[in-house]
Amino acid sequence: MNGKPKIGVYVCHCGTNIAGTVNVEEVVQFAQTLPDVVVARNYSYMCSDPGQALITDDIANMGLNRVVVASCSPRMHEPTFRKTLLSGGLNPYFLEMANIREQCSWVHDDPIAATEKAKRVVEAAVVKARRLEALDVKEVEVEPSCLIIGAGIAGIQAALDIADAGFKVYLVEKSPTVGGHMAQLDKTFPTLDCSACILTPKMVDVANHPNIELMTYSQVEEIGGYIGNFDIKVRKKSRFVDMDKCTGCGACAEECRMAGRIPNEFDEGIGMRGAIYLPFPQAVPAKYTIDKENCLFLSKGKCGESPKCKEACQAGAINFDLQDEVVEFKVGTIIVATGFDIFDARLKPEYGYGVYDNVLTALEFERMVNASGPTGGKVVMLERGKKKKKKEGEEAEAPRMPRSVTFIQCVGSRDKSVGNEYCSRVCCMYTAKLAHLVKDKVGHDCEVTIFYMDVRAFGKGFEEFYDRVRREGVKYIRGNPSEIYKKGDKLIVRAEDTLTATPLEHETDMVVLSVGLCPRSDNREIIDLLKLSQSSDLFYLEAHPKLRPVDTASDGIYLAGVCQGPKDIPDAVAQAKGAASAAMIPMASGKVKVEAQTSVVNEDTCRGCGFCVELCPFSAIELVEINRMGWPVKVARVNEALCKGCGACAAACLSGSIQQRSFKDLQLMPQIKALGVK
Amino acid sequence: MCAEEIGFVEKYDLLGCIQCGRCTGGCPVALRTDLRVRCFMYDTQNEERLEELSERPEIWDCTTCYTCAARCPKGLEPLEVLIGLRSLQIEEGRVQPTVRDALESIFKDGNPWGSPRAKRLDWTAGLEVEALEPEAEEATDVLLFVCCTDAYDPRVMKVAQALVKVLNAAGVDFGIIGEEESCCGSEVRRLGEEGLFEMCDEENVELLNSFNVNRIVTVSPHCYNTLKKEYHGLKHPVLHYTELVAELLEEGKLQLSKEMAKVITYHDPCFLGKQNDIYDEPRYIITRIPGVEFREFDRCRERSLCCEGGGGKMWVESESKAERLAEIRVEDAKELGAEIIAVACPFCLLTLEDATKVKGVEEEMRVADILELLAEAL
Repeated sequence: MNGKPKIGVYVCHCGTNIAGTVNVEEVVQFAQTLPDVVVARNYSYMCSDPGQALITDDIANMGLNRVVVASCSPRMHEPTFRKTLLSGGLNPYFLEMANIREQCSWVHDDPIAATEKAKRVVEAAVVKARRLEALDVKEVEVEPSCLIIGAGIAGIQAALDIADAGFKVYLVEKSPTVGGHMAQLDKTFPTLDCSACILTPKMVDVANHPNIELMTYSQVEEIGGYIGNFDIKVRKKSRFVDMDKCTGCGACAEECRMAGRIPNEFDEGIGMRGAIYLPFPQAVPAKYTIDKENCLFLSKGKCGESPKCKEACQAGAINFDLQDEVVEFKVGTIIVATGFDIFDARLKPEYGYGVYDNVLTALEFERMVNASGPTGGKVVMLERGKKKKKKEGEEAEAPRMPRSVTFIQCVGSRDKSVGNEYCSRVCCMYTAKLAHLVKDKVGHDCEVTIFYMDVRAFGKGFEEFYDRVRREGVKYIRGNPSEIYKKGDKLIVRAEDTLTATPLEHETDMVVLSVGLCPRSDNREIIDLLKLSQSSDLFYLEAHPKLRPVDTASDGIYLAGVCQGPKDIPDAVAQAKGAASAAMIPMASGKVKVEAQTSVVNEDTCRGCGFCVELCPFSAIELVEINRMGWPVKVARVNEALCKGCGACAAACLSGSIQQRSFKDLQLMPQIKALGVK
Repeated sequence: MCAEEIGFVEKYDLLGCIQCGRCTGGCPVALRTDLRVRCFMYDTQNEERLEELSERPEIWDCTTCYTCAARCPKGLEPLEVLIGLRSLQIEEGRVQPTVRDALESIFKDGNPWGSPRAKRLDWTAGLEVEALEPEAEEATDVLLFVCCTDAYDPRVMKVAQALVKVLNAAGVDFGIIGEEESCCGSEVRRLGEEGLFEMCDEENVELLNSFNVNRIVTVSPHCYNTLKKEYHGLKHPVLHYTELVAELLEEGKLQLSKEMAKVITYHDPCFLGKQNDIYDEPRYIITRIPGVEFREFDRCRERSLCCEGGGGKMWVESESKAERLAEIRVEDAKELGAEIIAVACPFCLLTLEDATKVKGVEEEMRVADILELLAEAL
């Protein structure tokens, strides 16, 4: 756009957000005096339709070629006003935002000083607007396929939705089976429907769907590229079992010399497995896996005369020579659904978890009440670490059922001392559910007590369920216990009934710790692969807490489930459907706009030091060799599809050879000067 | 009134409290006295009630064991509120005569036991131990900070004497302060005498900084906690003797040759365990004594039960007639089959030994500081 700049300045009241502190009339009058400003106006909400119409009308009637909107942070409404310019026939990059809300009215109390500051900020924006250049918005093609990392309920749901819409899905799961934590649960609150009954059909569907390529016991190793064109490398770990031959009959597991000697992760360690195993009967795929750390043959090179599993396998599926397989493919979008870890109860030593056999985590207890769990669904007193006698004919003494079970809520949640300040959102209700199951399975005369500090029954049907459970005779005591010790064969829970200010020594047979949800301990792997950000609670950070809850700061990468923050099954499913829908937008349109405010290298002055290459968090810069007046020299070159316009390179470049479009030195320096910075 | 000027609400972040009850729930004295520290976290939010609350006798039941703070999910320190209330009483001069005498004795003679400064070194009689010169050119490795109780109490004195024997046996380059040594002020602060504590802080830091030493080693965990965490501007690193002795054993500088065929349990002092996370060193030392069979209390480490010796309780008798915690501890040790309860704190030594007498088991059950056992095993 040539010719003299004709600038329009629009000062927003933002209701009273800005106008309550800043005298907007005065700012407008001031703006009118600035060079090249053709018109200056104010309006209650510039982002509203009539507000935007002011701009388009002025472009049409007054021939504006630059627009300054003085309102909020560009984070939310820069895209809004760029569209306004576009619809008015201007290049959208002729917009400059002056932030007089977050950086002025919200942080200052003195109206006079705030108004003066607003004037400075507006003037600086005008100075920069005068120097803005038109930028081209480029588009790239989008590969119509999606990588989903994690096959818990969130990953499964997202995979099914995207696959049903006709796009290809690569579903990668670290463990040998899909299902995640939901597969470990018995009943689900507040409806008490059986978790397996509602989950297993979906597990089978992901395995059979023609559009889903399921990779279990696999890990994403490398991710390169950008939205629409991600290059993925996945390692499929060797199971030492031929997936095509294994029938899932289980003969191998029965014969394994290590059978019953390795704590089964799926049963939270209270059940045992062998070195060759299926995590649980409904596992998908229903194929056995050899855990090479514990397999005698693979770890020690010798398993009796010969490995018994191999002898037992009629299908000839066991092959100790099988190697990991690395596969590479391209996807257009990525959904992260890596889930959570439960809080490590050992970090609260006052509760004696790991010391007393019958202090359990809620997930251990969940496995115990589960019909497919290690006790066949019976709630019994545990004797941990005691080897079971395997003598034939000798009837083992039937384990005793507890006569009282006590739950402690908020273990590892709302607790600064362990660094988890957040509420885990599911514990109140799963505790109520487990308490109900105790009454159901052990009998109504089993005394059930729940120690709580607040009951947060906020979801649909939650309060009603809480009412029901109390009426079933579950005793709620308001007070968070402080410690557990032992007296004879009873556990003593020390607490205060805070409603009556009575200190208690509550006697019980079994204590269940309602542990919270934590970011996965291996979160770092995904962060390094995808450059994700974390919120202060260390869960993955969404792009906007309200309006972009499934997006990340990186285009084409979305979040689903608890990896973004604690949530229950309905919320995880809802977010998964949201992430699926968000991922399908670029895939359906087939192309996507990429950042226009990218960096550009002046190859005539670049010294090829490579400093920017090191700095770029998106690996968007490389050194290339060019011919400079007959001499081969190295210079930096920016891959504009990868560049996110963060500006790190431009700020660091020693020779000023990298400039970021819209933030060039010639644009920024006068702006800074106008702010009064010498 | 200093505490009131700042305001309880801000000073103790009372609005951060969610009234969960973990403080009272874990409070060792809540079961035997009327103390409900959670209620104080709520009631003191009303500044108009502070005077009335400070007159409640149960504020003197707190042993400052720190369990309430260790368990607080919001990082608050409920015990400090009780200390704040005690300060209001101290400022009004309304304290029990025993407390008044102890504080006066610290002010006058640098110790709470009413003994003259001139007698501070009586415990060293016949021992190879020298007082260090301030500003010496050559650095001494260890400056021993001897607790007032170790220096004056005829029973506890044996612990300090044992330490000197142990350090000499290990060839440690060490010395003591001498008659100039004064109370660390740990109990002063916990009794609520803020002004006197500030004096202890200033004078002791100046005195301690005047010595050319690599590190300071304390005998009592109470001195350790105060020197390490509550003093301002102390130059030297501070160790508890269990840390030093564990180091000497590990490096092979200390040899234990005599057999001690006894069942020993260990009582974690609150100021060493809960407040400073020193759990492993004392156990390491005890289990290095030849012939020892070590048994843990059920309530050990982070769940250890307070002996009620801290928080100024040496000078304040509780109104409660319920069984003392030290007596429960002795009973537990008996059930465990322990012949010796090992301790690493002068107050634990006194309270537990007293409890063995109340329980009539002083013949079969011995209470001894780890140092005494070590000296016997040399």
